[in-house]
Amino acid sequence: MSLGKVDLTKIKPYGDTLNDGKMQLSFTLPVPKGDEADEAAKQLARKMGLSEASVVHSHDLGVGYTFFIMYGNCSHTVDYSVIEVPKVDLEFMDKKGVEQYIEENIKRDVVIIGACTGSDAHTVGIDAIMNMKGFDGHYGLERYKGIEAINLGSQVANEELVAKAIALNADAVLVSQVVTQKDVHIPNLTQLVEMMEAEGIRDKIILVAGGPRLSHELAQELGYDAGFGPGSFANHVATFVVKQMVERKLI
Amino acid sequence: MILLNSKLGLNPEVIERARTAARNIALETQGFIDKNTTVTVERTVARLLGIDGVDEIEKPLPNVVIDNIKDGGGLSEGAAFWIGNAMVNTGLSPQEIAEKVNVGEIDLTKLPIADNDKIYKTVWEIAKKTTTGIKQNRKFREDFIRNVGEGKKPYLYVIVATGNIYEDIVQAQAAARQGADVIAVIRTTAQSLLDYVPYGPTTEGFGGTYATQENFRLMREALDEVGKDVGRYIRLCNYCSGLCMPEIAAMGALERLDVMLNDALYGILFRDINMQRTIIDQFFSRVINGYAGIIINTGEDNYLTTADAVEEAHTVLASQFINEQYALLAGIPEEQMGLGHAFEMNPKLENGFLLELAQAQMTREVFPKAPLKYMPPTKFMTGNIFRGHVQDALFNLVSIWTGQGIQLLGMLTEAIHTPLLHDRMLSIENAQYIFNNARDLGEEIEFKQDGMIQKRAQYVLGEAEKMLVDIEKEGIFATIEKGKFGGVKRALEGGKGLKGVIEKSDNYFNPFIELMLGGDK
Repeated sequence: MSLGKVDLTKIKPYGDTLNDGKMQLSFTLPVPKGDEADEAAKQLARKMGLSEASVVHSHDLGVGYTFFIMYGNCSHTVDYSVIEVPKVDLEFMDKKGVEQYIEENIKRDVVIIGACTGSDAHTVGIDAIMNMKGFDGHYGLERYKGIEAINLGSQVANEELVAKAIALNADAVLVSQVVTQKDVHIPNLTQLVEMMEAEGIRDKIILVAGGPRLSHELAQELGYDAGFGPGSFANHVATFVVKQMVERKLI
Repeated sequence: MILLNSKLGLNPEVIERARTAARNIALETQGFIDKNTTVTVERTVARLLGIDGVDEIEKPLPNVVIDNIKDGGGLSEGAAFWIGNAMVNTGLSPQEIAEKVNVGEIDLTKLPIADNDKIYKTVWEIAKKTTTGIKQNRKFREDFIRNVGEGKKPYLYVIVATGNIYEDIVQAQAAARQGADVIAVIRTTAQSLLDYVPYGPTTEGFGGTYATQENFRLMREALDEVGKDVGRYIRLCNYCSGLCMPEIAAMGALERLDVMLNDALYGILFRDINMQRTIIDQFFSRVINGYAGIIINTGEDNYLTTADAVEEAHTVLASQFINEQYALLAGIPEEQMGLGHAFEMNPKLENGFLLELAQAQMTREVFPKAPLKYMPPTKFMTGNIFRGHVQDALFNLVSIWTGQGIQLLGMLTEAIHTPLLHDRMLSIENAQYIFNNARDLGEEIEFKQDGMIQKRAQYVLGEAEKMLVDIEKEGIFATIEKGKFGGVKRALEGGKGLKGVIEKSDNYFNPFIELMLGGDK
């Protein structure tokens, strides 16, 4: 895109012309379909800072509610030039790199425990990181030479996870939270940190959280060393764990 | 030799060999099942005899009664024996007896033992009343469908999962008005590991809503109401799995549920429930589901969330064969077997669609009468809802093409949250468009002889047959111990719920097996 110069201190959405502010959105309002409903949706969009808001489609949901698809031009801008986002700032190694790093720098097997904790029964995330097969062509930790990966599976109580971490002398604990209805994962994740602190093992273990709605920032806020969201693979987590072990002298 | 009118050139002898091996696998454990009972099987008997309600600490009375019998060392005779004995002794109803057990006025195993024939006769009368009621439920469903109508297959199956039954009802009625044929109320995630069934209407849950008999009743009523409006019988689905499989089946039979997730092996593999416990529980739960006319859904799709859908396709088929045979032993006809599979291959795979098509068509041909339950992409759904909607469209196309029975609709927001009201509408619209637009595609299209699709199906069938012959030699328990399904290993004595398994005595009595399995439907 070379037409026009982007002012990074004032960016807004791009549709087909710089700074046109084009946005699409869809939502439901609890009112029956009709002209009044469309008007309500437009007023709402204007309050959200969208000018020339138009309802391009509305659909009766059958219970006196209406679904809308809308376009509008965003009037707000943000200053991109001053944005700073905390993230796992690492050059990620691939599987071979991690294995070699362990051999050269740690010189023993790294014990990594993974679990899907609390009431969460959705192991797809932890399985993708831990299991032999891995995900989307990226092998899981079980296949790594120099890593002893133990996947405790679903619905593991925090007590059980802490007990296992102590019994197995774990170097790292990976916690996966997938189902997040009513934000149940937050107190659950916090409780684990508190329990590890109470047992005096928190600073001896690399503690990592993962899941579709977990950012690195949120994980750190909750007392974790790192958070891995969507698009993370076993080698990302492994790189972080082994480098932290060396950095924090936990070998 | 190929299957007459097989589009895939499947060899019927291979299918027959696979089926025979599965039959022998199921028969081998049936002896074990017949010799044992479990706490939840006995609580189910208590429920079917009319015991319901909870004590002051919310402990269900069926648990109170069974614990009382267990503590007295009497569970080997079965709950029916002790409840019948108490009825003969006191002249009270099972519910009145349960209430007296709860306050310590009756200790079931300490009462004088009455004449055996008298006990049987007393229990039989009540049991007969219950099974007659369930038969009437079945008839009500059939009459409703005959008089009002039902949706075309594949039935559109959507889930509601707000945690609050009253909110679920709003969403379920909306979904029915939008075109859904089956409403599944997802259970709160931890319920499968509870060794009791919660009681009453519930408004709190995580990732789903508690399965309680009252919640079943409320939703059934709401779906009948909306069904009359839209001119279609709306089927209600719940989860007959976990540590209370047969109890949930009983509740579902009493409240006229229509579809139940009910797999012989799922609890063992994915909830780490002890395999001996599950194999006994699944039998009684399926006897009840079979009698109540409930379509069971098996859980093979779950293998593909932990194992690769291309490499492990044969394990899905092998498990379907096994589930079929366990279901037949429990009296479930093929027309009630919603054998499960899924559209879970990596979307980046070249010609992946052809492999999915081969798998779905193969399943159709191997189980011609079963209302196959087809599960949508979940593993490779991302936050990209636009691509997700296209993945779901391909899934819908395979389904209408190959005549699947129950279509669990994919949601474009699958990887993000439990479905919002309009997510459901969009997915119903997607399916209706494709089902209508390509309704008879399967009638028109044949596959190239020895082409990619035919060869793939033949290969998967051959691998499944090999696997089943291996399992037949080794036994199902040993196979699971080796991690051959879904890549998950479980130990014979491991997992949850083994303590609830009890060997039956010669005097054991459960009238419902006979009434439901042998009785006329």
